[in-house]
Amino acid sequence: MNPRAQVSSVFHLDKCIGCHTCSIACKNLWTDRKGAEYMWWNNVETKPGTGYPTQWEDQQQYQGGWEKNGTQLQLKMGGRGGLLGKIFHNPRLPTMDDYYEPFTYAYGDLTNAPAGDDQPTARPVSMVTGKPMNIEAGPNWDDDLSGSNIYAANDPGVVRLRAEEQAQMFAIEKMVMFYLPRICNHCLNAGCVAGCPSGAIYKRGEDGIVLINQEQCRGWRMCVSACPYKKTYYGWSTGKSEKCILCFPRQEAGEAPACFHSCVGRIRYLGVLLYDADRIESAALREDGDLAAAQRELILDPWDSQVLAAARKAGVPEQVLTAARRSPVYKFVKEWGIALPLHPEFRTLPMLFYVPPLLPLLAQDNQGVQKQAEEFFTTLEQARLPIEYLAGLFAGGNAEEVKAVYRKLMAVRIQRRHASVGDLADADVARARDLAQLSKETIDAIYRMTALTRIQERIVVPPMLRDQAVEAGMDPEVYKQEMGFGRRQPPKRRW
Amino acid sequence: MSWIKDILGPKFRAQEEFYRNRNQCDKVVRSTHGVNCTGGCSWNVHVKDGIVGWELQATDYPPLEPGLPPYEPRGCQRGIAFSWYLYSPLRVKYPYLRGVLSDLWRQAKATHTDPVSAWASIVEQPQHRKSYQQARGKGGFRRSSWDEVEELIAAATIYTIKKYGADRLTGFSPIPAMSMLSFAGGARFMQLLGGVNLSFYDWYCDLPNASPEVWGEQTDVAESADWYNSKYIALMGSNVNMTRTPDAHFLGEARHDGSKVTVLSPDFSMTSKHADWWIPVHAGQDGAFWMAVNHVILNEFHHQQKTPYFLDYLTRYSDAPFLIDLTEKDGSLRPGRMVTAASLERYKAEENAPFKYVVWDETSGQPRMPLGTLGFRWQTKKGEWNLQMIDGQDGSVLAPALSLLDGIADGHVEVLQVAFDDFSGGQVARRGVPVRYLETVSGRVPVTTVFDLAMAQFGVGRNLAGDYPQDYNAEQSPYTPAWQEKYTGVDRANVIQFAREWASTAEKTAGKCSIIIGAGVNHWYHANLIYRAGITALMLCGCVGKNGGGLNHYVGQEKLAPVAPWSTIMGALDWSRPPRFQNTPSFHYVHSDQWRYERTADESRINPVAERNAITAGHTIDHQVRAVRNGWLPFYPQFDRSPSEAVKQAEAAGAADAQQVVAWTVKQLADKKMKFAVEDPDAPENWPRVWFIWRGNALMSSAKGHEYFLKHYLGTHTNTVAPETAEESVKEVAWHTQAPEGKLDLVVDLNFRMDTSALYSDIVLPTATWYEKDDLNSTDMHSFIHPLQAAVPPCWESRSDWEIFKALAKKVSQLAEVHLPQPVRDIVAVPLQHDTPAEMAQPTMKDWSKGECEPIPGKTMPGLVVVERDYVNLYNRFVSFGPGARQNGIGAHGLSWSIEDCYDDLKRTSPTVEWNGGQYPSLAEAKDAANLILALAPETNGEIAWRAFEAEEKKVGLRLTDLAQDTRAVRTTFADLDRQPRRLLTSPCWSGLTNNGRAYSAYCLNVERLVPWRTLTGRQHFYLDHEGYIAAGEQLPTYKPKPDPNVLQDLIVTASDEKSIMLNYLTPHGKWGIHSTYGDNLRMLTLSRGCHPFWINDRDAARIGVVDNDWVEVFNDHGVVVTRAVVSARLPAGIAFIYHSPERTIGVPKSPLRGNKRAGGHNSLNRIRLKPNLMLGGYGQFTYGWNYWGPTGTNRDTYILVRKLQGEPRW
Repeated sequence: MNPRAQVSSVFHLDKCIGCHTCSIACKNLWTDRKGAEYMWWNNVETKPGTGYPTQWEDQQQYQGGWEKNGTQLQLKMGGRGGLLGKIFHNPRLPTMDDYYEPFTYAYGDLTNAPAGDDQPTARPVSMVTGKPMNIEAGPNWDDDLSGSNIYAANDPGVVRLRAEEQAQMFAIEKMVMFYLPRICNHCLNAGCVAGCPSGAIYKRGEDGIVLINQEQCRGWRMCVSACPYKKTYYGWSTGKSEKCILCFPRQEAGEAPACFHSCVGRIRYLGVLLYDADRIESAALREDGDLAAAQRELILDPWDSQVLAAARKAGVPEQVLTAARRSPVYKFVKEWGIALPLHPEFRTLPMLFYVPPLLPLLAQDNQGVQKQAEEFFTTLEQARLPIEYLAGLFAGGNAEEVKAVYRKLMAVRIQRRHASVGDLADADVARARDLAQLSKETIDAIYRMTALTRIQERIVVPPMLRDQAVEAGMDPEVYKQEMGFGRRQPPKRRW
Repeated sequence: MSWIKDILGPKFRAQEEFYRNRNQCDKVVRSTHGVNCTGGCSWNVHVKDGIVGWELQATDYPPLEPGLPPYEPRGCQRGIAFSWYLYSPLRVKYPYLRGVLSDLWRQAKATHTDPVSAWASIVEQPQHRKSYQQARGKGGFRRSSWDEVEELIAAATIYTIKKYGADRLTGFSPIPAMSMLSFAGGARFMQLLGGVNLSFYDWYCDLPNASPEVWGEQTDVAESADWYNSKYIALMGSNVNMTRTPDAHFLGEARHDGSKVTVLSPDFSMTSKHADWWIPVHAGQDGAFWMAVNHVILNEFHHQQKTPYFLDYLTRYSDAPFLIDLTEKDGSLRPGRMVTAASLERYKAEENAPFKYVVWDETSGQPRMPLGTLGFRWQTKKGEWNLQMIDGQDGSVLAPALSLLDGIADGHVEVLQVAFDDFSGGQVARRGVPVRYLETVSGRVPVTTVFDLAMAQFGVGRNLAGDYPQDYNAEQSPYTPAWQEKYTGVDRANVIQFAREWASTAEKTAGKCSIIIGAGVNHWYHANLIYRAGITALMLCGCVGKNGGGLNHYVGQEKLAPVAPWSTIMGALDWSRPPRFQNTPSFHYVHSDQWRYERTADESRINPVAERNAITAGHTIDHQVRAVRNGWLPFYPQFDRSPSEAVKQAEAAGAADAQQVVAWTVKQLADKKMKFAVEDPDAPENWPRVWFIWRGNALMSSAKGHEYFLKHYLGTHTNTVAPETAEESVKEVAWHTQAPEGKLDLVVDLNFRMDTSALYSDIVLPTATWYEKDDLNSTDMHSFIHPLQAAVPPCWESRSDWEIFKALAKKVSQLAEVHLPQPVRDIVAVPLQHDTPAEMAQPTMKDWSKGECEPIPGKTMPGLVVVERDYVNLYNRFVSFGPGARQNGIGAHGLSWSIEDCYDDLKRTSPTVEWNGGQYPSLAEAKDAANLILALAPETNGEIAWRAFEAEEKKVGLRLTDLAQDTRAVRTTFADLDRQPRRLLTSPCWSGLTNNGRAYSAYCLNVERLVPWRTLTGRQHFYLDHEGYIAAGEQLPTYKPKPDPNVLQDLIVTASDEKSIMLNYLTPHGKWGIHSTYGDNLRMLTLSRGCHPFWINDRDAARIGVVDNDWVEVFNDHGVVVTRAVVSARLPAGIAFIYHSPERTIGVPKSPLRGNKRAGGHNSLNRIRLKPNLMLGGYGQFTYGWNYWGPTGTNRDTYILVRKLQGEPRW
C-alpha cells in the first residue's frame, strides 16, 4: 500500500443550472491574454451535444486516453516510438475549427465612426487575423440545444444509442437536456503526463494537482492529443501548453479554486482523497464496466488505522489526514456511492466525479395534446434520458452503476417528503430506502450535504503546508523577506 | 506508472510562481452591479496595481434560520463578466457631443454671449434643429469637455422652462433599488426643476396588474430562500435557472427536501431541467390551465370535501363572504356592485358608509359590517382598520356565511339564474346561484356572496340548475379540464392530478404551495387575467401569507427596502411636493404617436368585453384622455401651456392665492379655454422637449415601438412602414394630418458604455461604473442590504451619476441668476392617489367634461397644487436635506411617522451644509445620502422600525410594536455594510416577517397580525368591484383568448410569401444579459453565438430553407431585425424567440428589405398596446400610484415574418 493524497472534486449535476459563471471566473483569472483567448480551462457543455472541442469524446477521431493491449496499458495515440514520429505532424490534434476562431468586435467604431448616412455597428473581428470575420463556432456553440439537429444529434453518446432511442430524444414530449461542466480531472493515470516528450508535466506530490512546467514545455502538443478530455491547450503566443491548475495559488492560501468559489448552483465539492498509488495500473486494466467500481476501490478509508499508518509512512502530513476525514468528496464517492467518474473507459482514472442529474418525467403525445406520466416525482423508469446514455457517460456502459445512484437520490427525496409533508405511506418510504440500500441516517446526511451546506463544508481545502514546500528549496525566513521583489516574467518563448 | 513529483525538485517547481503572481492582488473591495438586475449580489472586486483585475462573489451573508440553505455564493455569469467593461473599447471615457450639434453650438456661442440665447438660436431655426436631429444615431461623435456639455444642457433646460414649461423636461432611469442613489440623484434634479420622472415597472410590462387588483399592493413576494419552504412549486413564465441565476439553487435544493416542481413552459427551458413535470403549455395559455385547476379544486376541496383549512382561510382573509348585488340587464341578472353599509338602514349613518362592505352573518341572520374595509381606513376614528371579524358598529363577533347555499333548505334563499360571460366561446352561460333578497334603503335587492359567484363562474354546479358542465369531460363548458385542452395542449388528466396534488399538499402543510411567475406570462395583453387565474388557486388553498406559499412574481420587480427616506430624497419631497411622476406606457403611447397606428375596430377584438357601452367603447387614446381628465392617470406635459405661465395668467386674471389659481384653472378647463396636453399631443407646445436618460437603455431595450421612437421623438432614420390608421376612430384627441417627426430638442444620456441609447443621443456623459462609486443595493430576491463602493476612482473623465446631476444643478443655478432670478410658482396636476382618501373619490364613473358631474380637483378630476420653485438655489437644495422632511415626516404606503428629533440629531452628528443662514443635513456626497437613508429607514434602524410600528398600531388598533422590540437597538451605517451585508429588519412598510432569521414571505404580517390589505374590503379580492371592470367582464377571474394575428396590425402592408413564415414573436429574458447590459460584453458574446440570435423550431426552419446559423431577416410593419438563426427542437413550432435584449450596435448588418439600412433590435418589431381597463381609477385599489397602477407595455402578442437573408450580409 502506497497511500497518496489527492485533491479531488464532485460536481452535482442535478444542481447544475448551466450558467457558466465558473467558466468566466476561470477566464478572468487565468486565460484572458494573448494566445490563451480560446482556452476554457473550465467549460460547461449542454448534453446531449458535441461539446468543446467538437466531439472531444470521440476517441476514434482523437485517439486520446489509454487502451488495453492484452495485459498492458498503452496510450491510444501510440507508444513512445509512435509519439516521436508525430512530433512534427499529428493528424489527431484538434484544429482551430474544432475549438473556434476567437473573436472580438470593432467596439471602438461606435464612438469613433465619422458622421455618415447610417448607423455604425461594431463588426466581429478575428482575434487571430485582426480582420472582419464570420462567426461560425464558439466554445459553447450548442448551448441549450442550439442547433439540436446538428449538434445534439451528433453527440457521440447519442450516436451509440439505438435508433428509436435517438429519435425519442428529439420529440418534444421526450425532449431533455442537462449540463456537464468540465475542468481538468487531475487524473491518477494522466494521459498528458505520459504523452509529454519533454517530461514537462508532473503531478504535485502533496496534492496530486497536474501541472505543465511552463519553462520545460517545448510545445510539442502531445499532451493535447493524449488527454481524452482535451483539457490541455496549446498557447499559440507563448508556444507552451497550458491547462487547469486547480487554482493551486488560491488553494495554497486556503481558498476554493475560482470556479468552485463562483459556482452559484452550489454544485461543486472539493476535498482530499487518499488512494493507493500501487494499485493504479491494475485498476486501470479492469473491464470498461468495472472501472467506476475499481476507482472506488482505490480510494482508501481515512479512518482505517492501517491506511493511516501507511500514509504517515509515505509522508502524508497529519493535517492532510485530518482534512481527508472531513472531505465531502470521500462521502459522495466512497461512503454514499452517488458520484461517478466521467468516461472511466478512457482509463486515466479521473479524480473529478459527477452525481448524475434527475430529469423530468416522460410524456405522451396524442394529436397535439400531451400527457405527462402520472408519477408524483420523476422516476428511474420514466425519466426522459435513456439510462444507457448516462451509463455511457459515467460508468463505461454499466447501467447498474447509474441505476444504483438514482435509487439513492430518489430515496432522499421520498424520505424528506415524508418528513416535511407526510403525505406518503410509511411502507413506501421504507421500500425506497431498502431499494437504495441506505439507512435513514445516511439519507439525512446526503440531504444535508446536497442542500444545506455552506462553502466551508462543500470546499475543504487541505492545508498546503507552504512552509515545508518552500523549505525544500530555501529558508522560509529568507523567502518571507524577499518574496515579491524582482520582476514578473513570463516564461521564455521557444521561438 | 506514477507521475507524482514530490516537493523534491524545488528548482523544477519554481515555475509555479508564474501563476502565483497572477493570483496575487493588492486589495479587495465589496461592491455590486447597479442596474436592472434584481440579483443584488455582493461581490469582492479584486484590485491589482490600481487596476480592477477580476471579481468573485462574497460568501459572508448572515445565515437565516437553521434548516434553510445559505445565500452563498450569489452572482452569475453576467456579473462576473462586468470587469470586462471598465477598460474595454466600449467604455465611454469622455463627454461626447455629436459633431453637427457641436458645430452649431460653437457657432451660436460665438455670436451669443448668453448660453440660453445661443440654444434658442439653434432650436428656433428649423433647419438647424433638423440637421442635428437627422444626424442622431449616425456616428460623428466629437469629444467635448464637461464645461461645454454642462453649459449646453443647462441652457437647454432653462430655455425649455421659460419657453414651454418645466414639465417638458423628462427624465428616465430604470428600477432604482440596485443603485438607489444614482437613481435618486437624477430624480431629485428633475423634481427640483419641476420636471417629469418616468415610471419603469409598468413600462417594462413587469408590473403585474393583478397584484394591485387582488392585494392593493404593487408587488410583494418571497425572498428566494423561502422557495425552499415550499412543498409544491409551480413555475410559469419564469425561467429561474436562466434569469434568477443566484437564486436557482434554492429550487434545485428544495426538491431534494421532497418538494415537487412543475414547470409550465412552451419550450424545454433551462428550468424544465429541474422539473418533475414539464408541462409544455401553449404559449400564453397558462390562464386556461389554471382556470381548469380552480374548477377541480373548488369542486373537490370546497364543494365536496369542504376542507376546513381552506374555508376558514377564505372567510378570514378574502372577499369571498362579501355580498354582491345582482343587477338586471337585458332580462338577465348579472353580478353587480359590492353591497355597502350605506344601503342598509342600520349602518347608513356610519362615517364612510358607502365604503364599508357587508357580509351575511350566520349568527344574527343579518347583513353585517365587519371591520377593516376601506371606510374604516380613512375614517376619523382610528384603530378599527383590522381584519377581526367584528361588527364595526356594535363590536359583536360575526360568523360570515361563505355560501348562501345552506339557506335554500330553510326557504330563505332562492336559486336565480345569473349570466356569466364566456369569452372563449363568445357566449353567455346562465347558471343557478343561491340568492337572498336584502331590504335596502332603495328597496329589495337580490344578493349573493363572492364565493357563490365564484362557484358559478368556475362551473361547479352543486346540483343547482343552469348551464353547468356535467363533469370534467365537458369540452364546451368553461372551465373544465376538458375545455382547457384545446388552448393549452395539456391532457385533462394532468390538470385533474395537478389540482389534487396541489390542494392536498396545501391542506397537509397549511399553505406551502407557491407559484413562481414572471415575464413569460406578464408580457401578454391579458396578463392580469392569467395571473388572477393562478392567484385564485393560491387563495383557494390558503397559500398566501404563508412561508413556502404565495405568488412569487419575479420580473423587473424592485424592492427598494429603505423606501421611506429614499423616496423623500429621490422626489425632493423635502423641498416641495407633489412630484411629477408619469406612468411611462401612457407617455410613450401618446408622445411617440404609436396610437396613430391603431384602429378601434381591431383593439376591441383584441379585448372582448362584457358589454359595449360608453365605458368600454372607443379608441385606446380616447380611454387615455378620459383617464387623465378624470384624475385616474397622470399626464405630462399637463396643459397646453406652461404650468408657471398658467399661474401667471391666473394671477393676471385676479387670482390672489393658490386656491384662486386652482379655481381659475378648473374654470379654464371646464370652459375648454385650457386643454390638457394629452388632448392634442402632436401640437408643438405639447411635446416633451428635453430627455435625460441614465442607468438605462431607454431608446432600445425598453423602447417598445423603437422605430416609432426614432421617427417621432428623434426625427432620424426609421425602418417602420406601418400605415397610420387612427384618424377615423379617434374622438377625444386632435388629429394632425402630418405627424410630427423629431419632437425632442435634446437627448442626454449618462452611460459607461456606448449602447444604442448613447449612440442615438445628442450628448453622452461618461458615468462611473459600478466598481467606481458608492451606492446602496437591495432586492426582493434576498433580505439584505449591501453597498456599491469605488474599488478604483472613476476612470478617465467619468463621474458618478450623483456628481453629474449635482454639477448640472450647479450650472442651472448659475444660469438661473440671470434667467429665473425670482422664485417661480408652478401649478402641478396630480392624479388621485392610492393609499390616500382619494381611494373614495369615485365609487361610480362620471365624466365632468361631459357634464355628468362638477369638476372638483382631487375628486372628479386631477388634484391641482401650486408649488414654488427656486432655480437660483437649485444646487443648494440638491445638496441639503430640506426642512420639509422634518415638518412632514416620512413614510410609505399610507403610513407616516415623525422624524423631527432624528433630523435635529443628523444636524448635530452628520455632515451639514449651510446657505442663506440655514443649516441642513448634507446630501453633498452620495455616501452622505446613504448614511442618512440608513439612519432614517425602519429596515436599517431598529428604533425607527419601532416607531413606524407604533404609528401602524394606531391605525390598525392591534399590538404590533413587539415585532420591532428585539431589534430596537440595531443601527446601520455605510461602513457596516462594507464589512458585511446586513439583514433587513421587519418593517410595516413591507408585509413579510423576518424576525429570528425567518425567510421573508409576502403578506405574513396581514395573515398573522390581521393588518388589512390595502383594498376595498381590506381582504384579498376575487371580485373586482369597479364599474369599469364589470363592463369589461373582468370582475370575476376569467379567461380571454389570445388575440388573433389578423387583428394585431403587425402585418398590414408586409406581405408574406412562400419563402417566409409567420410566427408569434417572443422576447423572453435571456441567459447572456440583464436586459441589454452584458449582452454586448465579449465574454457573453463568446459563450453564446457571438450575436443575439433568432431561435426557431427545426420544422419551421426547414419550411423556409433555413439551417442553423444562417442569417435571417425578421420583419413586420414595425421594423426589421437581421441576425443569425438558432435552429432547435427545444422550441415548439409556431413561436420564435429573440432573447431580450440585443443592442443594434453589435454586429448588426443592413436590411435588404428596408433599402439596405441598418437593421434594428428586438423592439423594432413591436408597438405598445395598452389595455384600457388598466387605466381605470379613482376607487379603492384601482387608484393611481407611480409604478403601482396603469396600463403596461405588453409586447408578447406580436407576429413577425422570417425569411432567409438574401445574399451575404452587408455592413
